[in-house]
Amino acid sequence: MSVGFVMLCHTALQRAAETARHWASRDCPVVIHVDKRVGQADYDTLASALSDLTNIRFSSRYPCEWGTWGILAATQAASAVMLRDFADVRHVFLASGSCLPLRPVADLKAYLASRPRVDFIESVTTGDVGWTVGGLDTERFTLRFPFSWRKHRRLFDGYVKLQRRVRFKRRVPAGLVPHLGSQWWCLTRATLSAILDSPDRAEIDRYFKLVWIPDESYFQTLVRRYSSTVESRSLTLSKFDFQGKPHIFYDDHLQLLRRSDCFVARKIWPHADKIYHNFLHGDAANQASAEPNPGKIDRLFSKAVERRVKGRAGLYMQSRMPSADRENGRTAAPYSVFEGFAELFENFEAWLGKVAGTRAHGHLFAPGRVEFAGGETVFSGALSDSARMRDYQPKSFLTNLIWNTRGERQCFQFGPLDLQEISWFMAGDANAQISVISGAWIIPLFHSNQNFGDIRREAARLQKVEADHLNILSSQWTKARVRIWTLAEFVENPMEPLQSIIDEISPRSLRRLTEAPRLADLKGFGQFLQNLRNQGMQPVLMGDFPTGEDPYPAASRRGRPYLVK
Amino acid sequence: MHRRELSVVNNRTAKITPSAIIALSTVRNERIRLPYFLRYYRDLGVDHFLFVDNDSDDGTREYLAAQTDVSIWTTKASYKESAFGVHWLTHLQRRYCHRHWCLTVDVDEFLVYPFCETRPLRALTDWLDASAVRSFSAMLLDMYPKGPIQARPYVEGQNPFDIAQWFDSGNYTLKRNNWNGNLWIQGGPRARAFFADDPYAAPALNKIPLVNWDRSYAYVSSTHMLLPRGLNLVFDDKGGEKPSGCLLHAKFLDTFATKAAEEMTRGQHYADSQEYIAYQQALASQPDLWCKFSEKYINWRQLEILGLMSKGNWA
Repeated sequence: MSVGFVMLCHTALQRAAETARHWASRDCPVVIHVDKRVGQADYDTLASALSDLTNIRFSSRYPCEWGTWGILAATQAASAVMLRDFADVRHVFLASGSCLPLRPVADLKAYLASRPRVDFIESVTTGDVGWTVGGLDTERFTLRFPFSWRKHRRLFDGYVKLQRRVRFKRRVPAGLVPHLGSQWWCLTRATLSAILDSPDRAEIDRYFKLVWIPDESYFQTLVRRYSSTVESRSLTLSKFDFQGKPHIFYDDHLQLLRRSDCFVARKIWPHADKIYHNFLHGDAANQASAEPNPGKIDRLFSKAVERRVKGRAGLYMQSRMPSADRENGRTAAPYSVFEGFAELFENFEAWLGKVAGTRAHGHLFAPGRVEFAGGETVFSGALSDSARMRDYQPKSFLTNLIWNTRGERQCFQFGPLDLQEISWFMAGDANAQISVISGAWIIPLFHSNQNFGDIRREAARLQKVEADHLNILSSQWTKARVRIWTLAEFVENPMEPLQSIIDEISPRSLRRLTEAPRLADLKGFGQFLQNLRNQGMQPVLMGDFPTGEDPYPAASRRGRPYLVK
Repeated sequence: MHRRELSVVNNRTAKITPSAIIALSTVRNERIRLPYFLRYYRDLGVDHFLFVDNDSDDGTREYLAAQTDVSIWTTKASYKESAFGVHWLTHLQRRYCHRHWCLTVDVDEFLVYPFCETRPLRALTDWLDASAVRSFSAMLLDMYPKGPIQARPYVEGQNPFDIAQWFDSGNYTLKRNNWNGNLWIQGGPRARAFFADDPYAAPALNKIPLVNWDRSYAYVSSTHMLLPRGLNLVFDDKGGEKPSGCLLHAKFLDTFATKAAEEMTRGQHYADSQEYIAYQQALASQPDLWCKFSEKYINWRQLEILGLMSKGNWA
């Protein structure tokens, strides 16, 4: 008792010949079908190359266009030859010309001999398959598909639409429950002959001729009618990508294929000399005879598909340029934006870098230059500190910075003096943690030595800029984690908000803050605000500061008032 | 027309087989670079080279004419008026590259693509064919040495990236060009060192050098963009990544200073050689493009991890 191989070939006939020879010379009969679209000369070359082997047959040729009945007609014809000419074949293995045996034939024979009645064919009801491309699963069986998908796509699509509109439905022949599965199977003589010799085959064939991609459903459906034991998996390792085309194996997959313990793999790149040499001529007999285990290969390919479909979040590059809101994450990692903190606290950046263990930049969007941490003139990824380069495409600047520093959280200061163009982008970014002390930008003005008229004008301008910015942050499109305090609120109790921000930045540290940054001197600040009001400007963003009273005990310049034990 | 400007030096195109991969290039006084260039692309699996020599006087023409897998034409006509060589190459592409995968590169551009150490170029083009993809993007990645570029002279046959080992990994800006559908990429050391005050004028780095050619196709501006416009859609706009490579650019070698001086006097480059004027000024002060955030080149996987190129769904 042995196993016979039916091979469907259409390209790389030399490789097909090599594989056929491998099987045939190890006492496995082979029936080869060559696509009718292959030229006669190539066919003759193949036939003569294998003419010395007595257990190879060629079956009558059909054109095998993808998705059409031709492939099935070819499979039927070749299988019939196999059953007719090789009486001691018990299992028939359907393979393609680009399949390659990964384990010694003896292994496969032993495996099948110990499962003499088992049919290996992936066969799943239409409701349960998740892999069909183009959404046609149940409809494959209930609509008619007379037009080629490859050559006449418009007719194909149009005819599908038309049938849907007129609610056309074909009747599935009685006794058939539609099943789908991989085209590559290994069936017992009993099952295969029952399918091919079935009394109603003419009717069933007529039905399947207009089913879409019948090679994935014909045997998969009929096997349920005749088989005593269906093992619903394919012995052929074959992975499909998101377009429904098979993944291809190259020389660098050699070790992966060896360790998969699968019997047969497709598709092998025809020029993968190392793989072909290794598995067809190498000595693979000392491999352990384990169950097939394609897990690693599965992971590799599903990762590849994910890369193609979802990509790496926050990456913008030559072959990934998502349109707005298709980014799957605007930036690569979480980052923190501080507004007003550097103005309210002395040396805030240094303090922040220390307690949060992150990179704390100054105002990255400052008008003069990019204030990278430590006063760097270039930063990760060779980003320049030139304000002109940053302003040329501020979004790119930010996404680059976050991408380049993956693994290290970035914090930076922002305020109404900075380039505002970036506001919308940050607000819509779920990775942004934006903390605002509104109105704190006035503190440097308060400390400055300018004419009061100039201060008043500047304060009015900055207040307007910040108000616009806060509007953006509170819009319904905002996805960032936004916290806003007025200056008055914050000064009253700075430790609690600081603690919650720091906890969010480094959640694992779980330490209480023991050292507060030092507050700027606000002596006379209430009066300063009142003076602005008296001059006709209304400072609103700072919150309520009582006139004439300083916001905290004047003694606070000595010592550290907010030390928490 | 421009094809009349070309006169044949050695035409071996009869050797081009139906499945051949063809490389095309315009050269002018590049003799010293040629041996390594030819070796690099022969090793990748390029079957035939088509060159247009623009009036070289350093033996470039004679050297190329003697190579058995090279066909070469020569011209004394203006580089500028042929749209920087595009018209000459378009003519050759129409004539000899129909239905061939076709790689259009300068002699200082070296293609790196996913798995290029283990899979020849044909593995890539076969895969692109199977995926019904007609064009392949490879962004220009400027490579530079550490220290002044004149410090280590380039020797014939040498791998230029033994000297120019460094690159900028993450300072590129991208824009969509809605008219042609292509991306416009700028940045890298040239933008950082020479165009910091006028980033808009920095050179374009987007390139689509590998195309399954049809005689109806044409490059529009260098290899930055093509017609028909569909060929420029080498990027995914729904969040996914398509496969792409990089063209390692060996421009910043000691040969660059002489080249820049020569181009200045000829005035034959893009936008009145504005780029070269900027270089000339910067070069006078012996610039060092290297900075402490420069990245040292290792292999394609490094470029993939850095996000400069992608495997896409090729595994």
